[in-house]
Amino acid sequence: MKNCALFATIVFLSLMIGACSGPTEGQQSIDAEEQDTDVAIENVDTHLKLLYWQAPSTLNPYLSGGTKEIEAASLVLEPLANYDEEAVMIPTLAEEIPTLENGGFSEDLQSITWKLRRDVLWSDGSPFTADDVVFTWLYCTHEEMGCYRINNFTDVVDVVAVDNHTVRIEFSKVSAHPYFPFVGSLVPILQKKQFEDCLGMRAQECNEQNFAPIGTGPFQVTDFRANDVVQYVANEHYREEGKPFFKEVTLKGGGDAASAARAVVETGEYDFAWNLQVEPEILDSMAEADRGEVLYGVGSQVERIIVNLTNEDPSLGPDRRSQYLEGTNPHPFLSEFAVRRALSLAIDRSILVETGYGRAGEPECNVVPAPEYYVSDSNDECKVQNIEEANRLLDEAGWARGSDGIRVKGGVRLSILYQTSTNSVRQGNQALVKQMWEQIGVETELRNIDGAVFFGSDVASPDTYQKFFADVQMYTNSFDGEDPSQYLRGWICSEMPSPDNNWAGTNIPRACSEEFDTLVDQLSSVTDKTERADVIKKLNDMVVLNYWVIPLVHRARVSAVSNKLKGVTINGWDSELWKAEDWHR
Amino acid sequence: MLKYLSRRLLFAIPTLLAISFVLFALLDLAPNDPTGDLPLTIPPEVREEIRESLGLNEPFHIRYLKWLEQFFINEPLNFIEQTTGLTIGDSSSRFRVRSWLTRSPVVDLIIERLPQTLWVVGLSYVVGILIALPIGVISAYKQYSWFDQIGTFVSMIGFSVPTFFTGVVAIVIFSAWLGWLPSIYDTTHQVTDLPSFWTQVKQMAMPVMVLAFYNAAQLSRFMRASVLENINLDYVRTARAKGLRDRAILVGHILRNSLIPVVTMIALGVPTIFSGAIVTEQIFRVNGLGQLLIVAIQGGDIPLVQTLTFIFAILIVLFNLVADILYGILDPRIRYS
Repeated sequence: MKNCALFATIVFLSLMIGACSGPTEGQQSIDAEEQDTDVAIENVDTHLKLLYWQAPSTLNPYLSGGTKEIEAASLVLEPLANYDEEAVMIPTLAEEIPTLENGGFSEDLQSITWKLRRDVLWSDGSPFTADDVVFTWLYCTHEEMGCYRINNFTDVVDVVAVDNHTVRIEFSKVSAHPYFPFVGSLVPILQKKQFEDCLGMRAQECNEQNFAPIGTGPFQVTDFRANDVVQYVANEHYREEGKPFFKEVTLKGGGDAASAARAVVETGEYDFAWNLQVEPEILDSMAEADRGEVLYGVGSQVERIIVNLTNEDPSLGPDRRSQYLEGTNPHPFLSEFAVRRALSLAIDRSILVETGYGRAGEPECNVVPAPEYYVSDSNDECKVQNIEEANRLLDEAGWARGSDGIRVKGGVRLSILYQTSTNSVRQGNQALVKQMWEQIGVETELRNIDGAVFFGSDVASPDTYQKFFADVQMYTNSFDGEDPSQYLRGWICSEMPSPDNNWAGTNIPRACSEEFDTLVDQLSSVTDKTERADVIKKLNDMVVLNYWVIPLVHRARVSAVSNKLKGVTINGWDSELWKAEDWHR
Repeated sequence: MLKYLSRRLLFAIPTLLAISFVLFALLDLAPNDPTGDLPLTIPPEVREEIRESLGLNEPFHIRYLKWLEQFFINEPLNFIEQTTGLTIGDSSSRFRVRSWLTRSPVVDLIIERLPQTLWVVGLSYVVGILIALPIGVISAYKQYSWFDQIGTFVSMIGFSVPTFFTGVVAIVIFSAWLGWLPSIYDTTHQVTDLPSFWTQVKQMAMPVMVLAFYNAAQLSRFMRASVLENINLDYVRTARAKGLRDRAILVGHILRNSLIPVVTMIALGVPTIFSGAIVTEQIFRVNGLGQLLIVAIQGGDIPLVQTLTFIFAILIVLFNLVADILYGILDPRIRYS
């Protein structure tokens, strides 16, 4: 028995060591914390800690479409010009923005000449020249490359190095907005010397280059671990004396948005967290700890409902379903203007904002929500819910309520299949819209599809947003940069998805209007600012007042900034790290 | 024994081939798309070009055979080259299994991720075993005592509360309220001296404990059942009748016999260390193999998912074999021939 007790004691002791490590650990960690604060004071001025809950997979923006990669790369790589928080172009590697007035943009609207800064060095000490710009164009437009930014070089026929610090970009046709190549952090300049052997198929194999590009930006990469963490140090050769203020940067990835917000505003472990799509009440409760604040950057993102103008009846079979077929396949009821207008009027956008977005959203009635000078006010009635008017419209159009309250006309019921991607905010909004539509006698069936499938382009999948095998669907879209002309071009007749183009097309509502098409074509030759704004407003109005698209919410980017970090200007039009060289304690 | 071993290993080859085919087919059939996560501002034609550059447009069987070649021939050759410094054949034009998201060789990514997974998940497994075995033995030996009751209660909690709950609770308590431990694991941290070792201990404490709690709960129940089964058997009564002391009976007789099934269980669980604790890694941002797998699945990175899951399959087959062999060593009644 004695021995048994001894055995039990041993076992018990070993247990206690395990179980009691809590309190002892606690005591020691208080000491350790004191040490930590000492260390922290030492580090206060030098180490910036960024938290991106989606970790960057590469640092080459030409091999990735994600914002996370673009932002992580923007600390290192720079374009010729950036957009500021008001969507105004500001020169970065260029001396000035070429315009018609200063002669940089040619009178025939077919070429643009950029003058490059002469004081720029790459982080390896070699000078930045026009050759690097020309090379970047060759790199992205190489046939076998699969470049993610090829769209920024549409219509570019040549990029010429006029001299070491002058670059001329030539377009094949008239282009009133020639600022797609090399403007914004989506299309930065790569170093020719580093990427020379990475053209075409070899781009994929240039691991070292893709993971640690040499740049002209304020920082340079010291360690990159894919999908995990990036470490940077200050670029010694950075052109601005005394900048950046931080000596080291760590960009940690992984986890989820809510805990990323917590690490900045509640525990203060990190300085900056990005893309915090978290329910507003959770963010507010975290912010009570008062260690940081939440900032909102407004850009061009609009959450919208897209209306299917073609018949999506499953019985039509794959050859006809959701296809325009020269207008012979209209939707049984959504092709009717009154129904579409009623659907839009019945939605109370402020409730959607309040429950799903908080301060990160505003009710929106346009597909071009910003910048200010492009915003139309002709659809502003949508900001106020008007059930009465919606009901009146439907009554007038002959849609009578059946015994179950759902409107019917000629045997057609107003029954809608409403799909979107899986996301708790979207599902919440779906349920609210369903209730609102119920009030005007419209029945709604809800459906959600995993994002990677819904936004995927698997031709065999029936669930993609492009196939649109539903009556309405909801998602967010936006445009890159300040100019919405390419984005508006997305609604021209020939952009309709169909089996002929493997369902690749951007005219998702399958709307077709000759007037719209001619107006879009005009846009490419209108250079006068006010005239251009008028055309853009007109195009926007055609999309929203024909109710091809029902805009809901103008969304902002949400970021959290610690109280210890100063000098942050949030930007909805470019990388959020666009001015990291000015950040300080 | 050797004959048995070689027979089992030979048999594993067709099994693994079949597994790899099923995995590949499943991933291929899934309606996932590597360009699905891209912003809508990237037009469909560009997506098509990207898919082409990834080799996605080739037929299924070609892609499968290519993967087989890359995984079974090119990667091992590359490994030999890197470790020995030799050059075998035309190594620069040999294609390696590349991840679509990062464009880097999958094997390199896995090697980069292994340390943190082994440290955190592996250590939690060891800690879990160390906690579970004594608890299980004492619980059984003193059945229905207060110790047994508490042990049962705690392991029930550990068993039924998922780690994504205990993990978040631990973060809220130890990071947000008390501020003792960091909630984010720093994978770049290097242990060079005592203070940095202490930082490492602190950042590992929460993930390791959360996982160890879960592992211990399962194992201790198993250990308890196994001891209980043996404790009333005839040989124990014989030992008592011989006048052996309690300790000798417990350690020398009961423990040895009841460990046999437990050791098998432990061996079978080893592959789960490598597959990482997907959820726990995500919560604490340990960014090991589990997180790598999740990112790959979400991003439709088929080569990465395929290679990772297949490596897990190899490990499972391997450790099944190890468990069988261990069984034979521990239990002299079992002999393989």
